Amino acid sequence: MTGRTALAALLLAASVAATAQPLGLPPVPVPAGNPQTPAKIALGDKLFHDARFSADGKVSCSTCHDKSKAFTDRLKVSKGFNNLTGTRNAPTVLNAAYMKTLFWDGREPDLEGQSKQPFINPVEGGLPDHSPLLAVIRKDPAYVKAFRAVFGVEPGAITIDHVARAIASFERTLVSGDSAFDRYYFAGDRKALTAAQVRGLEVFVGQGRCVSCHRIEQTQALFMDNRFHNIGIGFKRIRGKELETARAFLRAKQAGADVDKTVLTKQNMSELGRFAVTENLTQVGAFKTPTLRNVELTAPYMHDGSLATLEDVVDFYNNGGREKETDPLSPFLSGGIRPLDLSDDQKKDLVAFLKALTSPDVARVAGLAGK
Amino acid sequence: MSKLDRRGFLRRSTALLAAGSLPVSLVEMAFGKSSSQNFTFAYISDSHITHLKGREFVRNWDRGLIRAVAEANLLDPRPDFVFYGGDIAQLGKPEEIDHGLDILGGLRGKVHYVMGEHDYYLDLGEHWRKRLGPEHYSFDHKGVHFVVLNSILTFDDWMYDKWPSGEERMHQMARLDNPQGSPFMVGDEQRAWLKKDLAKVGRQTPVVVFSHSPLQKIYKGWNFWTDDAEQVQALLKPFDKVTVLYGHVHQIQYNQIGNISFHAAMATAWPWPYPQSYRQQASYLPKLTVPMNRADPFFERDATGWQFIDLHSGNAEVAYVLPNNSNRVVRFDPGAGKPVDTQYQPADKRIPPQKHY
Repeated sequence: MTGRTALAALLLAASVAATAQPLGLPPVPVPAGNPQTPAKIALGDKLFHDARFSADGKVSCSTCHDKSKAFTDRLKVSKGFNNLTGTRNAPTVLNAAYMKTLFWDGREPDLEGQSKQPFINPVEGGLPDHSPLLAVIRKDPAYVKAFRAVFGVEPGAITIDHVARAIASFERTLVSGDSAFDRYYFAGDRKALTAAQVRGLEVFVGQGRCVSCHRIEQTQALFMDNRFHNIGIGFKRIRGKELETARAFLRAKQAGADVDKTVLTKQNMSELGRFAVTENLTQVGAFKTPTLRNVELTAPYMHDGSLATLEDVVDFYNNGGREKETDPLSPFLSGGIRPLDLSDDQKKDLVAFLKALTSPDVARVAGLAGK
Repeated sequence: MSKLDRRGFLRRSTALLAAGSLPVSLVEMAFGKSSSQNFTFAYISDSHITHLKGREFVRNWDRGLIRAVAEANLLDPRPDFVFYGGDIAQLGKPEEIDHGLDILGGLRGKVHYVMGEHDYYLDLGEHWRKRLGPEHYSFDHKGVHFVVLNSILTFDDWMYDKWPSGEERMHQMARLDNPQGSPFMVGDEQRAWLKKDLAKVGRQTPVVVFSHSPLQKIYKGWNFWTDDAEQVQALLKPFDKVTVLYGHVHQIQYNQIGNISFHAAMATAWPWPYPQSYRQQASYLPKLTVPMNRADPFFERDATGWQFIDLHSGNAEVAYVLPNNSNRVVRFDPGAGKPVDTQYQPADKRIPPQKHY
């Protein structure tokens, strides 16, 4: 073996190791225009944690996607600069790499597009535009060096797209499987789940109907469907005001209002969900199915953080899309949402099962980040 | 803004509400020359509200109608009125009709009703008429002549003599593929009325006819059929632009026969298969129809929906609002002289229909 082929073999082995997937997950989709490289990932990691890219110098991506909190903030709705609050709960970045649309309403098609928005949202980073952020980068010798190495660009040519590509590359490394469920279901370890969790899996795929949206496939499970559903969350806020809210939103949008800014600053308009993006009448109040991996670590739940515990979530679904059986149902409710008639034991088993979706490597993934 | 520009605008913004943001003067400029004025209406059909006992009704069918009403209430600008295409009830019970009308009462604006066979055959339409008035009528609106027919009548001996009770008669007619059923028809009396009604209408006036069963013959075995369809079509033949809108079939259908465009409505309750896909052999289903794609059984609303109709050109542009699915628009193509699906007409663009059961 020549030196060159040995090196090639070594590099191949390294790249295979880098792309080997945790049990239960498919390969991470990587866009052709933004290949993964170690230097780019490291740059993205640094950018993700840099609080200088905000109006008060205190807010970074990691403020709301905190690695010590499974890349969430454990708040109902996130806090941006000057402690301003938005309308939506910060979802975990873990396994976001598999999503076909980003944000609760899918208003961005990929991580690259998503990562550009919070800097300039008036209740998140609060910057007027991306120029202050680029000014910081261009004056920082370490960033200048890194951008030159990763993208071959001189400081004056660095754009927000370079920043977004680096952050997205970093986020594509934040995947985690290998849960007790994965060992039970995909590796045949019959002892990986407790008896209650096995019964909970039965509820999950059977009477609970959870699996219809939180999908389990034959060789992997992302526990999401990349679709949008109205499950009844947030409906009370715009009940009786649907037409006024939709009309005001559409008029503002057609007059040039930005969707990202509007839905995070206007509580009622936020509840329009996917409709705000597509203007499709069948998607009023519909939000994206989140993954359930690591759900034990990502409370509170739902797009508005309105449900505090997994028990609350199970009750909500069991009541057919409402907190209490006596609450009114949203007329826009998705067809799959209906009362489940689960017993108390079934509900307990289901919650036990959801706790089997926690990855032991969350700590490892978190340890990799932000070095 | 030219007509083409407005089309582009509407297509970019798939919402039906998009028109709401257009300044009214622009809309009028765009369509001031057409024989009819620009207006729209919503069209909901086939809810099949099913009574269980007491105040209990089948939840799924309730939810379908509730959802259609809520969505139609978001149309902006408001449609001039709403049409309900028939089969409020499943077995014609007063409880079912009343419960369905309670839900439909949530609609903002005027609603016109068409009689369906599921509303009729228990008491021969008595309760329906008590609540809603005459079962055939006509009116003019902004330059368009609207006609409503009861197309689900049948032979007198079947209606009056054959069955021991109204319940039995209703059960027989409620079955889709019942060899003991009887073909629907408009009948001599209504056709005579229609002839007289149309005599006052100018030939250039767009005519829109509502029936529950198709006023064309599709598949007799399932009563996707009106026995005197040709005779009704003959009465409509003298007019330049005629549109027939019908329910009953629970699926997207469209067709052109001479001067008459036909469009079917989705049900809010459940989809029916296409007769040809069920039979796995040729049928009389209009070949111009691009079949809708298969239903996802988990999403109870999939393959159901309602319609929103724009009559600006005097021909119907039917926008199908389809939960959990891709919305579709079927529009009259003046070049082709028939309605076409705006997106899925080319064979390679279609979503394959379900062909196995």
